[in-house]
Amino acid sequence: MATPAAPAASAPPERRHGWWIFGIWLVLSVAADLLIWFAWYPHMPPGVMSSSASHQRFDIAFMALLAAPVVIFIWTYFGYAIVTWRHRAGDEEDGPPIHGNIRVQATWIVATAVIVLGLFAFGTVELIAPAGAGAGEGPAPIWKPNGTTVNATSWSPGAKNTLVVQVIGQEWWFTYRYPQFGGMESTRLYLPQGTPVEFHVTSLDVIHSFWAYLLGVKADANPQVDNVAYTTPKHLGGFIVRCSELCGLWHGAMFNSGKVVTPSAFQSWANSVRAREQGNGTLAALPPYALTYDPTVIPQLGKDLVKVAGITGANGYYYPGQQAGTPGNPVSP
Amino acid sequence: MAIETQPGAERIQPVGAGAARPWWMRPAVHTGLIGAVIGYLFGHLLGNIIWPGNPAFATGLSDTKDFPIVLGYVFGTIGWLAGLGIFNDLGRLMIGKPLPDVEYAPAGGLAKYFRYTLDHKVVGIQYLFGMITYFLTGGLFAMAIRTELLSPAYHVLSPNAYVTVVTEHGTMMMMMMTSVILGPFGNYLVPLMIGSKRVAFPRIEALSFWLTPAAYLVLLSGLLLGGLPTGWTGYEPLNLQAGQGMDAYGVAFGLMAISVILAGFNLIVTIINYRAPGMRWSRLPMFVWGIFATSWLMVLAAPVLVGACYMMITDRTAQTGFFAPQLGGSSYLWENLFWFFGHPEVYILALPGFGIVLDLIPVFCRKPLFGYKTAAAGMIGVTLLSFFVWQHHLFDSGINPDMRPLFMLTTELISIPTGFIFLVAVGTFWKAKIRLTIPMLFALAFYFNFLIGGISGVFLSDVPADTTEHGSFFVMAHFHYTIMGGLIFAFMGGLYYWLPKMTGIKLNETLGKIHFWTMFIFFNTTFLPLFALGLLGMPRRVFEYARNLQTLNDWVSISAFCLGGSILIFLVNFIYSTLFARERETGNPWRSRSLEWQVPSPPPPHNFQHVPVVLSGPYEYGVADAPPMADLAPPVGVVSAAYTGAGVEA
Repeated sequence: MATPAAPAASAPPERRHGWWIFGIWLVLSVAADLLIWFAWYPHMPPGVMSSSASHQRFDIAFMALLAAPVVIFIWTYFGYAIVTWRHRAGDEEDGPPIHGNIRVQATWIVATAVIVLGLFAFGTVELIAPAGAGAGEGPAPIWKPNGTTVNATSWSPGAKNTLVVQVIGQEWWFTYRYPQFGGMESTRLYLPQGTPVEFHVTSLDVIHSFWAYLLGVKADANPQVDNVAYTTPKHLGGFIVRCSELCGLWHGAMFNSGKVVTPSAFQSWANSVRAREQGNGTLAALPPYALTYDPTVIPQLGKDLVKVAGITGANGYYYPGQQAGTPGNPVSP
Repeated sequence: MAIETQPGAERIQPVGAGAARPWWMRPAVHTGLIGAVIGYLFGHLLGNIIWPGNPAFATGLSDTKDFPIVLGYVFGTIGWLAGLGIFNDLGRLMIGKPLPDVEYAPAGGLAKYFRYTLDHKVVGIQYLFGMITYFLTGGLFAMAIRTELLSPAYHVLSPNAYVTVVTEHGTMMMMMMTSVILGPFGNYLVPLMIGSKRVAFPRIEALSFWLTPAAYLVLLSGLLLGGLPTGWTGYEPLNLQAGQGMDAYGVAFGLMAISVILAGFNLIVTIINYRAPGMRWSRLPMFVWGIFATSWLMVLAAPVLVGACYMMITDRTAQTGFFAPQLGGSSYLWENLFWFFGHPEVYILALPGFGIVLDLIPVFCRKPLFGYKTAAAGMIGVTLLSFFVWQHHLFDSGINPDMRPLFMLTTELISIPTGFIFLVAVGTFWKAKIRLTIPMLFALAFYFNFLIGGISGVFLSDVPADTTEHGSFFVMAHFHYTIMGGLIFAFMGGLYYWLPKMTGIKLNETLGKIHFWTMFIFFNTTFLPLFALGLLGMPRRVFEYARNLQTLNDWVSISAFCLGGSILIFLVNFIYSTLFARERETGNPWRSRSLEWQVPSPPPPHNFQHVPVVLSGPYEYGVADAPPMADLAPPVGVVSAAYTGAGVEA
């Protein structure tokens, strides 16, 4: 940090303001950074449930480590200035006519430039290394998990076998389709532990945003766009999925839940759902798995058969906003 | 050229024909309202006649009643402007009649504030009252939002009412308040600060103000048309899907964009061409630099918004498909257009705040501004870079993932010129004689709040961290810290500082101190916990949230009500001081060197009796042999010699 150097003209008995400010700043900054790293970081959101979540947590902690000294410098400086250089009653003189100081200005500019460029390098590495950091990468992702394979039609447990999950956003519900299990669909998001997951996020109507907070995944669900995001769940447990893009009336109530389970438990769950949907005809009635859907040309939508547990998740209807009911209870068109 | 150098008093006459008529026959707000009603009815009828069956697409994307409503708004606005008499001179020119003498400084008491006038000081006061009205309206919506969020499950507002209130709050604050500093202070003070008797385009300036009440009423009329469910960002295709309330959003946003283009254009030309002799670029007050930078942003960014709103309105009425994915359009197009305007917009809000605080601190530090060129460079740097950062709003949208490192870089780079504003303050405070007056307290609070806002912005520029924070209350807290904590605090500081200049009346100091401390404390207790809420996973614009977040939300809501109470204290102070106490302050209460304080308060009709000759910079405090900033009565011939000299050199 730039500490303003004391002007050479100051009288000898005067306090060395620059060093005082530097000293106070140093003590407070070290204390704050130690607190951030050892006391806060272990509990920092969004936790460590997945690879991308722990990367995000690390980034937030790292930025906090850098931000604390900057904030403390400004606060220390202004606090010190107000206390030390406050106008005393009866003193009608103006302050010293200092118009600038090249050394101070240059130090400041170089210091901020170094911090900023360092942050840029850090952020870029942190974006590329964890495969896009859990953010939506659009239809043609350029940062993918290393050394993994994607089988389009089947999945078996294995740390290298990517599970593909499609997230379909719709007013006001999320539905999940598993193309490697015959395109079966679910309104709960089950994921196997320790497996790279490739999310394909799309929307049937307006822009939603798929936000699995504890999983560290956020990808907008755009109509007619396939938005890909990656993560690898590390820990077992439940999580909430919320919509984080305003999507109309019931945006505030657009959430459902998911669960990270062991790979074998996942496989048996997925197979049982697939068998059930094959049995009751849902799978046959669903539109074929695709990266995007146009609800105006899906003939199955709105038909009674799909109403059982169809693509819409909201019990069977694609419904425009004007006919809005409550989530899960749409008004019949 | 000679015209401008002469004392203006003899030349300016009151409007010949108009002055004789009684007040109710002269164009003013009441005739404007009559014009607006007639215009709206005409437009609505026209829409129904020329497009009776306005065919809705099979997809149900559009509503059949949009066309008459939009035409009603457009003709209503034209009727409003015509009723105000804005087209009168244009009409005279078109039929070949001579223009009446131009009324740059209308006489008369309160009535002139309700009329279309060409006096920049009247327009400044009109803007001041307009902006305070819009701010209070937006604030009431904020109170409604916080009332709803008192409970995670119990609802005070219906879902439709809630999203509408959220949209109205955001749009009112972001759109209507775009000119919150440039409108009142920019229009009023820039000519005074640069030593000019007037602005370059008084008609355009007045038009820019009179569009804002129209936009305000149109925007509020959305409440009567079924609400606005999109938030201030108006994302497509939700926008297309929504009812007629969104027509109000589109027209109002478009009108406001036109207003800010006009306001910015006028001030750019004024600052370049109307500076007094000797007012070099290196002697401009920092506030003028801030307004100059802001005006460029307005002129360059707002046209994109006008275009986007126009496309959106044709999508909703004439069945074009720019933003409808099923018709070959793209929702990304709206996001790009909106944020290409929207990000410069937030700097349009921030830069005048920079200008105000940088102008205030030398006065109350009694020291020259530290690093004048650095401060100006900081503002120019922010202006330039702000056009290259917009896609950081779209880090999770799936758009251009390969461009993310670039937008991360530009976003982080912008913190360098923003840092200059802090550097300048740090240097100016060094060994200063700090006077903690109310404007200075607001300036210090600006630095306190803007620091938190700026640093949290750096968190948001980092893509992995942004993946957690985007679309959450963290973002909400971030931009409230920069806009409310930065801009509104600077606005309040400017108001306490310049109201004696503008009205000759000063605000009560005790109430002012109470206002400052309550506003500062409750602002921070309201918005600091929102960072935590965002990091704990609460998305924006929701009315249901996780039960474990209720304590924090209740704390925030109660703080927000107290913050509303603080604004009420301000209002009481403003009304009490200007209407009842009326404590006169006609001199230079802050002992400022700046040019606007060298004329009496409120300034005489033409600002300066003679064109002043500027002799030194505005911040030469403590400089032993510094001449006064300007010679207000230069010897005969000096001014015209200065102009001729400049002409020869050029």
